Amino acid sequence: MTLPQSVEEQLKEMKEMFKLNKTQMEKLRKIAEKQYEKSLIEPGEAVGVVAAQSIGEPGTQLTLRTKLLAGAMEMTVTQGLPRLIEIFDARREPSTPTMTIFLKPSYATSEKKVEEIAFKILEIKLDDIVKSIDVDLLRMRVEVELDPEMLRKYKLREKDIQRIVSEEFKGYKITTGSYKINIKPKGEDVDIKQVYKLKVKLKALHVGGIKGIKQVLPMKQGDRWVIKTAGTNLRDILQLPEVDIENTVTNDIFEVLSVFGIEAAREMIIEETLNVLRNQGIEVDVRHIMLVADVMTYEGTIKGIGRYGVSGGKASVLARASFEVPLKHLFNAAVSGETDRLTSVVENVMINQPVPIGTGMVNLKVEKKEDKK
Amino acid sequence: MIIDQEITKIVKNKVGAIEFRMLSPKLIKKMAVVKVITPELYDADGYPVDGSLMDLKMGVIDPGLRCRTCGGKVNECPGHFGYIELARPVFHVRYIPLIYAFLRSTCSECGRLLLPQGEIEKWLEKLRKAEGDSAVRAGILKEILNKTKLIKKCPHCGAKQERVKLVKPYNFTEGNKKLTPIDVLERLKKVPDTDSELLGISPGAGRPEWMVLTVLPVPPVSVRPSITLESGERSEDDLTHKLSDIVRTNQRLYENLSAGAPEIIIEDLWDLLQYHVTTFFANNISQVPPARHRSGRPLKTLAERIKGKEGRFRRNLAGKRVNFSARTVISPDSQLAIDEVGVPEIIARELTVPERVTEWNLKQMKEYVKNGPDKYPSANYVITPDGKRKVISDETRDVILDELAPGYIVERHLKDGDIVLFNRQPSLHRMSIMAHKVRVLPYKTFRLNLCATIPYNADFDGDEMNLHVPQTEEARAEAELLVGVRHNIVTPRYGLPIIGAIQDQITGIYLLTKDEDNLISQEDAALLLAQVGVTELPKKPASKKGGKKYYTGRQIFSMILPEVDYIGRSKTCPKHPHCKDPNCKYAQVIIEKGVLKQGVIDVNAIGPEAPKGKLIQAVINRYGHKVAIEFIQKVALLGIAYLQMVGFTTSVTDTDLPEEALREIKETFDFAEKKIDGYIEEFREGKMRAYPGRTVRETLEFKIIEAINRARNKTGRIVERYLKQDNPTLIMAQSGSRGSLLNLSLMSASVGQLSLRGTRIRRGYRNRTLPHFKWGDVGPAAGGFVRHSYKGGLTPTEFFFNAITGRDTIMDTSMRTPKSGYLQRRLINALQDLKVEYDMTVRDASGRIVQFIYGGDGIDVAKSDNGKLLIPKEEVLK
Repeated sequence: MTLPQSVEEQLKEMKEMFKLNKTQMEKLRKIAEKQYEKSLIEPGEAVGVVAAQSIGEPGTQLTLRTKLLAGAMEMTVTQGLPRLIEIFDARREPSTPTMTIFLKPSYATSEKKVEEIAFKILEIKLDDIVKSIDVDLLRMRVEVELDPEMLRKYKLREKDIQRIVSEEFKGYKITTGSYKINIKPKGEDVDIKQVYKLKVKLKALHVGGIKGIKQVLPMKQGDRWVIKTAGTNLRDILQLPEVDIENTVTNDIFEVLSVFGIEAAREMIIEETLNVLRNQGIEVDVRHIMLVADVMTYEGTIKGIGRYGVSGGKASVLARASFEVPLKHLFNAAVSGETDRLTSVVENVMINQPVPIGTGMVNLKVEKKEDKK
Repeated sequence: MIIDQEITKIVKNKVGAIEFRMLSPKLIKKMAVVKVITPELYDADGYPVDGSLMDLKMGVIDPGLRCRTCGGKVNECPGHFGYIELARPVFHVRYIPLIYAFLRSTCSECGRLLLPQGEIEKWLEKLRKAEGDSAVRAGILKEILNKTKLIKKCPHCGAKQERVKLVKPYNFTEGNKKLTPIDVLERLKKVPDTDSELLGISPGAGRPEWMVLTVLPVPPVSVRPSITLESGERSEDDLTHKLSDIVRTNQRLYENLSAGAPEIIIEDLWDLLQYHVTTFFANNISQVPPARHRSGRPLKTLAERIKGKEGRFRRNLAGKRVNFSARTVISPDSQLAIDEVGVPEIIARELTVPERVTEWNLKQMKEYVKNGPDKYPSANYVITPDGKRKVISDETRDVILDELAPGYIVERHLKDGDIVLFNRQPSLHRMSIMAHKVRVLPYKTFRLNLCATIPYNADFDGDEMNLHVPQTEEARAEAELLVGVRHNIVTPRYGLPIIGAIQDQITGIYLLTKDEDNLISQEDAALLLAQVGVTELPKKPASKKGGKKYYTGRQIFSMILPEVDYIGRSKTCPKHPHCKDPNCKYAQVIIEKGVLKQGVIDVNAIGPEAPKGKLIQAVINRYGHKVAIEFIQKVALLGIAYLQMVGFTTSVTDTDLPEEALREIKETFDFAEKKIDGYIEEFREGKMRAYPGRTVRETLEFKIIEAINRARNKTGRIVERYLKQDNPTLIMAQSGSRGSLLNLSLMSASVGQLSLRGTRIRRGYRNRTLPHFKWGDVGPAAGGFVRHSYKGGLTPTEFFFNAITGRDTIMDTSMRTPKSGYLQRRLINALQDLKVEYDMTVRDASGRIVQFIYGGDGIDVAKSDNGKLLIPKEEVLK
């Protein structure tokens, strides 16, 4: 009999822990095989409901907001119930996007080095490196004064900034002076509104680092240096030579989907969910979370748990109608001439028939005597 | 013969599928039994008028009357539809968006879809391929609509297309001209089936012109029953009110039409008819004023009946009211078995179990009938072989007694040993409903064993629970074998016992087994064991003193142990008070062949919830659920018995600390505060260096928090060091039965730093948290640091801060409950159809594979050991 991988690993673990010899291992395997057969799930088991309950039931124990004082230095990340809801809803963007960037050991030699890399990653906008950005109403232009100290801090050169600005604002009248850049919008009749718009645009101009990385925090995790970030940009981060691609993660599931594909996204859903629960000290078996992740991803895209995702995509009209917005589903069903085959649970509850799950899945046929004649 | 009859009774026709189609005017007329024409409901005698909304052909609601269509009485006649022939057609509100789509995308002249024939065929093919996938279909339909809605010239007949606009809520204009429902009806009639398919109406589902109503179905009276008030006055259902508005307006419109009334009057009436028909379907359409009852309350019409939590679906279809159920307050009873439930006699006399009379139980059944209605145990009804139900009363008793014979069914009272389902809401997991065995008891509350409270999350501060009596043999079998308490000891959430000893029970066992030289005299040992139901003493006494035999606590505990092998660890080391060694050998618990050789039994062995209850797990694995549940019960009883014998009390004095401990605590805090003052000084002078990626202010905050935490942890250790080992509160913490060391130090040493939304308390007044502090004070006290203990007493500012976080916690809890409830509902709804098939794959309701093997390895968590394959390591090591 072949045992699944998870059991094989368990056996290996036991072998090492108790230092088992060959005969003992054989005995162990025999016991394991017997136990495995006994532990198999039974056909008909409503695994979905069990999974849903296993995750939903401890939901009341999850905190809504952070309770504990964040241990000295951590990035504030949404956790607890809001994060759980966020994951299952399949929101496009997490409310606190964050990455844990692992560095290759050869680059992460000292705190100083790590800090340097961190600052290289941090997104720098023009607003971060200026003394002032003002609107000159008289001359209808925006005057930018760069802060040499900040330039030095982020290792940027004045020339580069000037180049970036002129590339980004082609056709604008740009005059530069020592640490000064003046920009005037195109055309003769310049409106005040245009100038103010320009100012806003200038402030957000990306001049260095990696887009989307709003905050960096180098820290030690175990014996390795990592950089925790606020904001994510997996694709660009992974291009960096210093980054350990294998371990670096983001909590943005859709980003994982677009970079690595659906299987990685599924892994991410499982990982993130487990993280939330573990942080709160709630024990839920992975199998339940796996099932939820599978349901969310088995069609190749990420579908949320709810009206617009899994529940809304059900084949049964009545099942959809019983969840939310019943009228919409009923009218759509009428117009497109749908037929409900009553293959799932709720429909059968509605019409007082046994549900096709668990013991209700079994059919028994009895031949009547009259029929024989 | 009898079996054949039974089969005919059991095998009924099943509903195979339900089709959804649009109603055509023809079908509406065909299914109707009466044309409704008069708005008056009753004549002078209070009798329903023929041709009115209360016409007896549509069914009856008054007892005594018979339906004029099917002849059935009140509960026999299902009701029959009627119809109203509308004088002028009106729109069906719910179809307005679709009608709008049709008007924009089809030619005003020829009615064709505004696409060339070739493209129409292309799209048709695409759409038919997507059959069954509603999401893809919706996408295609939307694309077609977007493509065609702005086309100016018909590719079929070349007619110029005026722009059609929807004037909300239900008027259409084409260019400057208003489109009446008649115009729309004519246009929709011209659309061919293929074109209408591309706009969303599938062939066979209906025709676009059916979206404009020419006849209106009138629901049966049984759908809208009137009620008779005490005064004898009749109060009609909201639907009847609405329908009579429609009939009245419709009749007036007819009259005016035939009288040739001016166009304005006709228009007004037509509009009114449209309004009434609209609000008949839905009464909360935006921009349509809701129709109101005379009292001003908005009418509840069709849409409102279906929608929402109180609507037909969620209220009456997805969940139903049941018979054979009871509900009352619960109270504890440690003498009941864990899988028993105490049922008050008055309830037992109301709830019945149908029992078939056979030769063998005839005598017993007769006894029940003979006992009559006032005695227990008795029966309430008998059912004769031809299906008649007879009440057992003093009058009927003797007759029934005479005729009672095999083949009858007696609905007898609930008695001891019957299987019932027991439930506490909210039913968050499957252990919220479990099957118990009945014990009929006096008084009026349900009784349950304390160990059974955990899966239900019940306590006895007024909780009520529900009880259901299964009525068929199959139901009872399933209840006992699948839902039974003993089969639910291990939770499928993480694969460890969720039923185990709790609180004092654990404390008792802990004290009993803590010291290996805990000697108990023979008399006491006998007394203890007798309370658990063990009538033997351990084989060999541990010692003899003065002619008396003594046994150790561990020996006594071993008496209730099944013969298992078990190696585990206790929560704390019983030997050394401050043992921190995670591998301390004294914390190891060894049971060999049902004898506790070493170690102390605490939560880790016998408690519920992860990661505890390992010993229970071992018992289940070796001897099964029956032995396990009995073992838990014995543990509970023994724990309580021992605790009662030695006495156990917690009190405020538990939190007393010696002078030097208090002094040490004070010193710790003084030191920390001084250090923090130093940090603040450093910060003020601008000498502080920021942590990487942080501002200086944040850095200061971190440093302060760190200093405070360090101090608090130190006080915790001080408390631990100075507490006496026989301190009851400490014993509870160490055995894991209740409370923790942290709780104890909150009471005796210091409450410590309060946190609000993950930080120290910062909100409040301008630049300070309370007016008691100076502006800009960032010190510990101003940030919600509570230096005192709960027992020692808080200062006013500390107390106030404590109230702030207390309030925040209450807010948090009250927001969380509905949120997590909704999450649970969504999860259940999304996953409820998944099941394991016979090929071990996990599939959804449509048979699509979600997992090739459940959980990657096919292991049932409830049969596992904390998610892993259950391998008894003791057996391997032997």
